[in-house]
Amino acid sequence: MPPDAPDAIIRFDSVSKYFGEFQVLKSIDFKAASGERIVVCGPSGSGKSTLIRCINGLESYQSGVITVDGVQIGQSVAALRKVRDQVGMVFQQFNLFPHLTVLENLMLGPTRARRLDPAQARAIAMKYLERVRIPEQAGKYPRQLSGGQQQRVAIARSLCMEPRIMLFDEPTSALDPEMINEVLDVMVELAGTGMTMIVVTHEMGFARKVADRMVFMDHGEIVETAPPEEFFTAPKSARCKDFLQKILNH
Amino acid sequence: MARFLLVMLAFTLSACSANWGWYVVNPQTKAGWTNLSFLLSGLKYTVLLSLTAILISIVVGLLVALPGLSSNRAMRTASRIYVELVRAVPILVLILWVYYGLPQLTGLTISVFWAGVIALALSDSAFEAEIFRAGIQSIAKGQYEAAYSVSLNYTDTMRYVILPQAIRRILPALGNQLVYMLKMSSLVSVIGMQELTRKANELVVTEYRPLEIYTVLVLEYLVLILIVSAGVRWLERRMQTDERA
Ligand SMILES: Nc1ncnc2c1ncn2[C@@H]1O[C@H](COP(=O)(O)OP(=O)(O)O)[C@@H](O)[C@H]1O
Ligand SMILES: [Mg+2]
Repeated sequence: MPPDAPDAIIRFDSVSKYFGEFQVLKSIDFKAASGERIVVCGPSGSGKSTLIRCINGLESYQSGVITVDGVQIGQSVAALRKVRDQVGMVFQQFNLFPHLTVLENLMLGPTRARRLDPAQARAIAMKYLERVRIPEQAGKYPRQLSGGQQQRVAIARSLCMEPRIMLFDEPTSALDPEMINEVLDVMVELAGTGMTMIVVTHEMGFARKVADRMVFMDHGEIVETAPPEEFFTAPKSARCKDFLQKILNH
Repeated sequence: MARFLLVMLAFTLSACSANWGWYVVNPQTKAGWTNLSFLLSGLKYTVLLSLTAILISIVVGLLVALPGLSSNRAMRTASRIYVELVRAVPILVLILWVYYGLPQLTGLTISVFWAGVIALALSDSAFEAEIFRAGIQSIAKGQYEAAYSVSLNYTDTMRYVILPQAIRRILPALGNQLVYMLKMSSLVSVIGMQELTRKANELVVTEYRPLEIYTVLVLEYLVLILIVSAGVRWLERRMQTDERA
């Protein structure tokens, strides 16, 4: 999207973040339009996770401004709550609540944060469990499910908050190969609903199919950003070429 | 296990039976029965005292542990100081101080029971705080992140996500504390609490049979604690089943 498009739902203006002395994000400028699907890639340690974790305030930042849906992050706890109401997140390690059943995992946010009554929360939970195609697992505990099923529960758990933005941090990296597709299929379907999605992944087939725009990060910087066809066929920077060669030929 | 211990004990005792005078607690004689029920009548207070104290100490321990995990340095220091100070005072000293000292300080009189409860709870709370701190720290960071991501606030995150998992993990340690509390409650006898140990002491003064009476006392604690341990293990199993595959 053009740099000054008015309807950016996520905006980074010169954002820098440090872990102690170490600068993880180097003056990042980044925007995502509402409904845009962005795939972020780059070498391990380049700051991809940190970047998306800043969007829902799981990481703080030291300079610049991050605005999500018009709310500036880092101003107040109330502002952060407002942002988190709008932003779902899916983790590499699923992070389901092990002491709660699948249904309870899904209902916790709706009942406690959205203040819905249990009947409503249950209806929403079942709706999204059906969306990720495992309604029959509602009464089970996370450890009774396969990795692919757990990650789909995690996606459903985020969707139950009915967010406008979904963040995915390497959602298939911890999965056995035969389970990757069941999760990617759910994500492709979600992409078709107009959800704003920021996905950190090295699944380039998924990226080609779904992404409106690719973002390549290295050493805490956004080195290159381009539509997928251009990104994959004519990467500009040497670093990006090098990276693509490595992951496409593994 | 319990039966084996009792048989062993009976065997050892009868082997050197020269000076035994079990008549003093023989339930078949009227006097023996009276003595025995006198000894057992302390049970109610031992149990009541220990349970009340442990409940309070768990609550106080949690309230001390949470600031100890805060990112705020002053809160962490305050929690640390509480734990170090309270842990440094011997329980017996705390009992004496609360019963004889505290009323002078506050102008309020305090019953033996509540003095005992306060002293035991205070003393135990430092250990409970350490147990909770370790338990909470053992929960993966991803659990907080997932809770925050579905917009839960700190209180709900602790209440619905972190503490339920932490408590399952620290249940054995909490069980140990309860056993420890039951034993330490015997110290409250020094200020006149009519619990098991006090009853035994009083009976020894009138009957002059310390060996038999204190042996009964040992058995009373032994049985009580074996029952409590079994209860805690049952609870542990129950709480774990729902997490298992
Ligand atoms: N909590 C932390 N403390 C210190 N350094 C960290 C922390 N989290 C990440 N880093 C460092 O920041 C850099 C970027 O990390 P990350 O955003 O996780 O990279 P990526 O997701 O691209 O692999 C890495 O060098 C990593 O070691
Ligand atoms: Mg990462």
